[in-house]
Amino acid sequence: MAEGGGYDVLVIDRMLPRLDGLSLIRSLREQNDTTPALILSALAQVDDRVKGLRAGGDDYLPKPYAFSELLARVEVLSRRRAAPASEPTTYRVGDLVLDRLAHRVTRGAEEVLLQPREFRLLEYLMKHAGQVVTRTMLLENVWDYHFDPQTNVIDVHVSRLRAKVDKGFEHPMIHTIRGAGYMVRDASR
Amino acid sequence: MTPAADPVAGRSRRQHLLPNLFRTTAFKLTAVYLVVFALFAGFVLGYVAWNARRLLDDQIRFTIDAEIQGLAEQQRLGGMRRLINVIERRSRGPGASLYLVASPIGERIAGNVEALPPGALDRPGEREIEYARTSDGVETPSRALVRVFILPAGFRLLVGRDLEERERLGAVIRRAAGWSMLLVVVLGCFASWFVARRVLKRIDGMTETAQSIMAGDLQGRLAIAGTGDELDRLADNLNAMLDRIGELMAGMQQVSDNIAHDLKTPLTRLRNRAEEALRTASTADELRAALDGAIDEADNLIRVFNALLMIARLEAGRITDSMNDLDLSEIVAGMAELYEPLAEEAGLALRTRIAPGLRIAGHRELLGQALANLIDNALKYGESGAAAPEILIEAAPSGPMIELSVADHGPGIPEADRSRVLERFVRLDRSRSKPGFGLGLSLAVAVVKLHGGQLRLEDNAPGLRVVMTLPAAASAAQAAVDTPAPGTAIPSTPPAEPARLAPP
Repeated sequence: MAEGGGYDVLVIDRMLPRLDGLSLIRSLREQNDTTPALILSALAQVDDRVKGLRAGGDDYLPKPYAFSELLARVEVLSRRRAAPASEPTTYRVGDLVLDRLAHRVTRGAEEVLLQPREFRLLEYLMKHAGQVVTRTMLLENVWDYHFDPQTNVIDVHVSRLRAKVDKGFEHPMIHTIRGAGYMVRDASR
Repeated sequence: MTPAADPVAGRSRRQHLLPNLFRTTAFKLTAVYLVVFALFAGFVLGYVAWNARRLLDDQIRFTIDAEIQGLAEQQRLGGMRRLINVIERRSRGPGASLYLVASPIGERIAGNVEALPPGALDRPGEREIEYARTSDGVETPSRALVRVFILPAGFRLLVGRDLEERERLGAVIRRAAGWSMLLVVVLGCFASWFVARRVLKRIDGMTETAQSIMAGDLQGRLAIAGTGDELDRLADNLNAMLDRIGELMAGMQQVSDNIAHDLKTPLTRLRNRAEEALRTASTADELRAALDGAIDEADNLIRVFNALLMIARLEAGRITDSMNDLDLSEIVAGMAELYEPLAEEAGLALRTRIAPGLRIAGHRELLGQALANLIDNALKYGESGAAAPEILIEAAPSGPMIELSVADHGPGIPEADRSRVLERFVRLDRSRSKPGFGLGLSLAVAVVKLHGGQLRLEDNAPGLRVVMTLPAAASAAQAAVDTPAPGTAIPSTPPAEPARLAPP
């Protein structure tokens, strides 16, 4: 069915009745099918993620997962398919502009001074502007760790970023989505 | 198998003991040996009999030849008369050979042989014939090996020896062969029955033990005869296997007991809160708030499960093949950076003292998580009214090892509780006012063990100092010895790192 094409995103369980999920993805990739694939797995072993991604999966979510997490990730994957292949050098959301080449962030006429990590955090949030980004996704993509931090580590980083980006402005850019994560969105419109 | 099925199995086994015996490997082996041995014995006996007969025949032939030559000599010297005299004399001796002198037409002239088969004297040469002696009153035919010699003027001379001796020897050998065969078969059968029964008895004992273990008696062990033979070795190994299984089962039991115990509380709370909300909440907002609370509670439960699974997998030690050469300094610095804002918010100073370029063969994710757990704990428990509320993270080489420590100035852990607190689900915070499940330290211990290191708790006077001792990567340790400043000899970050740290 997956080979028929026409799907935006594939959510594939590793334990399929007859076929291993990884083999399925591998065979799709061999046929130059680039439909984004998210692998679901009960095998939450650290090495399984690497195996899944090596087989051609685009994201990996161990069971049990929160539905909001799955939703956010599928959303990101489906947008990626629609987006142009080359990434733009600047991200622009309302009056917030991030220049990836010059490493500069401006809000309106003011320059926002960010630490390298804060810059990466904002970059990731703006890249997925209008989409929910979960805390785990942030830890994965900004810090490159795949575990679940027990405390609100990410929240503090985001609130620091928020203090620099949103403080003193009428409309906040970084929004908290209850029970899911964060979203950068131009609230003035 | 249910215990009730056991006696039935036991009875049926005893009923079929004999067929069972025939089916045993020991019996089959002995039977095969028996057949082979009997064949060999038969062959050897046959060979001996054949050789003895040949030897006897040769001897008889030799005697006959010598006599014929002697008699021919007599005839040459003294003519027929002398020959006949000699033959008459010799014929009368006890145990004499057979002699006969006959005329050219076959009439008997002298000798002790009668009743020759017709034509026996016609041709010269050697043959076996039936004959009878003249001296014997009764005519019992016997077999003899004879040689016929034609004298000058056509007279026939026959000399022979009775073959009775040879026949007797043959009979003796045949009888011996028969008896020994019978003995071999009987003894062999008895021996194989005995050996098979002995082995079968031990195997049956093992089977019985195995069945009782399957039926639930996990303490049962196979009996060891103490002879050190292969059955003993097998039993020994099986017992070791049973011990290991028992240990694992006990471990599983412990873990599942703990899980059941610790998950019951949050699950009950979750259920009660849902029920409470259903009963009392009147507005949509109140219901929403209750649902949010329920989701948080459920998320916590999932977190506990994940942590438990992770610990179990680490303890099974199945990921050692994905260890990489890592820059531990970079990992520690990264973790400190990740937690620094959180510490600041909690009113704690997070300080680091990290030696550069510490290399380790390890798993980045796991090391990061272990460290995160320790920092997390330090943040949770480190905020006392101490003069300098700070958390100090240190990483330094110590011989072939790397010492990585996280220290706080909180209440610390009393000496007596230090080993207990490393276990799963153990929390010293009796009131359980802080969030957490008592799994963070257990996970850190599992990670450190997986890397071949140790984790210990020290008094930070005041506070707690958790020290992880991890083996440094071999190449890095060597480099540290060779060069005074390891940081200059080894790139402080792997090639991929700068690109990751600095925004593109």
